[in-house]
Amino acid sequence: MEARTATVPRPRAGIRLPSAGAGLGRGLVGLYLSLMVLLPLAAVVAESGEGGSGAFWNAVTSPQAVAALKLTVIASLIVVAINGVFGTIIAWVLVRDEFRGKAALNAVIDLPFALPTIVAGLTLLTLYGNNSPVGIDFAFTKVAVVAALLFVTLPFVVRAVQPLLIELDREMEEAATSLGAGGFTVFRRIIFPNLLPGLTAGIALAFARALGEFGSLVLISGSIPFDTEVASVFIRVQIENGNLAGASAVSVVLLAVSLLLVASVGLAERWGNRHERGQA
Amino acid sequence: MTGTSRKSRWSLRAMALGYLGALLLAPVAMIFYKTFEDGLAPPFEAIVSPEGLHALQLTLLMVAVAVPLNTVFGVGCALLLVRHRWWGNRFVDALINLPFAVSPVVVGLALFLLYGTEGWFGPFLAENGIQILFSTPGMILASIFVSLPFVVRETVPVLQEIGTEQEQAASTLGANAWQTFWRVTLPAIRWGVGYGVVLTTARVLGEFGAVSVVSGEISGQTETLPLFVSQQFEQFNMAGAYGASILLALLALSTLLLMNLFKRKEGA
Repeated sequence: MEARTATVPRPRAGIRLPSAGAGLGRGLVGLYLSLMVLLPLAAVVAESGEGGSGAFWNAVTSPQAVAALKLTVIASLIVVAINGVFGTIIAWVLVRDEFRGKAALNAVIDLPFALPTIVAGLTLLTLYGNNSPVGIDFAFTKVAVVAALLFVTLPFVVRAVQPLLIELDREMEEAATSLGAGGFTVFRRIIFPNLLPGLTAGIALAFARALGEFGSLVLISGSIPFDTEVASVFIRVQIENGNLAGASAVSVVLLAVSLLLVASVGLAERWGNRHERGQA
Repeated sequence: MTGTSRKSRWSLRAMALGYLGALLLAPVAMIFYKTFEDGLAPPFEAIVSPEGLHALQLTLLMVAVAVPLNTVFGVGCALLLVRHRWWGNRFVDALINLPFAVSPVVVGLALFLLYGTEGWFGPFLAENGIQILFSTPGMILASIFVSLPFVVRETVPVLQEIGTEQEQAASTLGANAWQTFWRVTLPAIRWGVGYGVVLTTARVLGEFGAVSVVSGEISGQTETLPLFVSQQFEQFNMAGAYGASILLALLALSTLLLMNLFKRKEGA
């Protein structure tokens, strides 16, 4: 490796470590990543396969695991649908509308990313729990699961759609309008197709986040098995009961789905870039 | 025409504000109100209780160890990814985002399987009397895992954007790689790195799932502020839960301010 780097004519690439330094850097980066991320995840995969494929299948298809996985997937789908619609509306208002306090509102969007998840759950519980001042109490129900997931995934779609809206060429819309297209037609035929790459990326990231969410659900969902227990809570309970193989099996299922989603976002981004370059 | 567009503009604005209000703003306002309902004393006393102070200390310790490690790693890794062609870059690039795709509970489980008594390193650690699970080192490892990608992700695009001309000029003028990095590269990417550091800090401060699994939640020993919130809540000590939550929320709000500041500087 070193020899090859040395024979290649030095690219004029600004700050470059000497090849030995680059090799050392790569070694350190690789070591850190392996020790901190890869090795732990390998342990989960290994543990899930410990008892063979039969044991894995039994753990994943146990009634409680199935109920937890089902709730997780269904709630996450509902959440990305709602946040897909409202996220797009919020992004639209932030880009195209003008009103006092818009800058502050724009900053507040990131609050769910900054706020610790346990605080997010407690926050929702104070307004929508059994002492609700507005008379809405959905604590310990499936609605609470959806609400908590809506809260923590809110910024994904907004932040993915917003830059595309800013870049969107207003002339296209004006041309469509002057040719007689109504507001809805302009949205459906011009705006929506242009926002689609960002929207799908935002939805995929939000979905991956919702699948694994834990902290915000602990206090407000009640974690009732077969009712409000999501997959991450199920895993937590299995760890506490010492059923590490069962916990690992369900973890591997979650891991596979979110990996697939994150990888598809990467591919979509690359596709979006190529699309952009093609146009330029 | 203008009439309907004004109408749709108003209804969109109402929908956006209504949704944000019900989901985000009203709950956050409510928790502030609830905390200070009976004055400043109860939440304050809960935080300065021995358990509260210990939780705060431990949380700051997590930040003090995990953030510098991930920052040095992040900047180094970004430099290698952007400035050095290598067949392994693609692989590293994909791996970096992995922690974002993993549930915090799974992170905890993974550390359990490595460092627990029956884990891969369990026998070795037991022989040498090293405790990682249910103590500070395990919690630090969990914090590092969940916050690892932020600095890399924020640094890579700014590095790509600044290009290499200034660095080439510096090196033509006789600066070595080290000098070029400190005098030219780092000042140019500082807002991007700063943004990443802020995101890393926020994540470490607030991490609950991963830390809760590996910590064993021993009150006054392995309890960070987020764990303290849930423990106080379970003991029906709402003043403590609210007090610690507000402290965390204020830290989150300052993070938010810093994020916006750095974003603006980066854009400028």
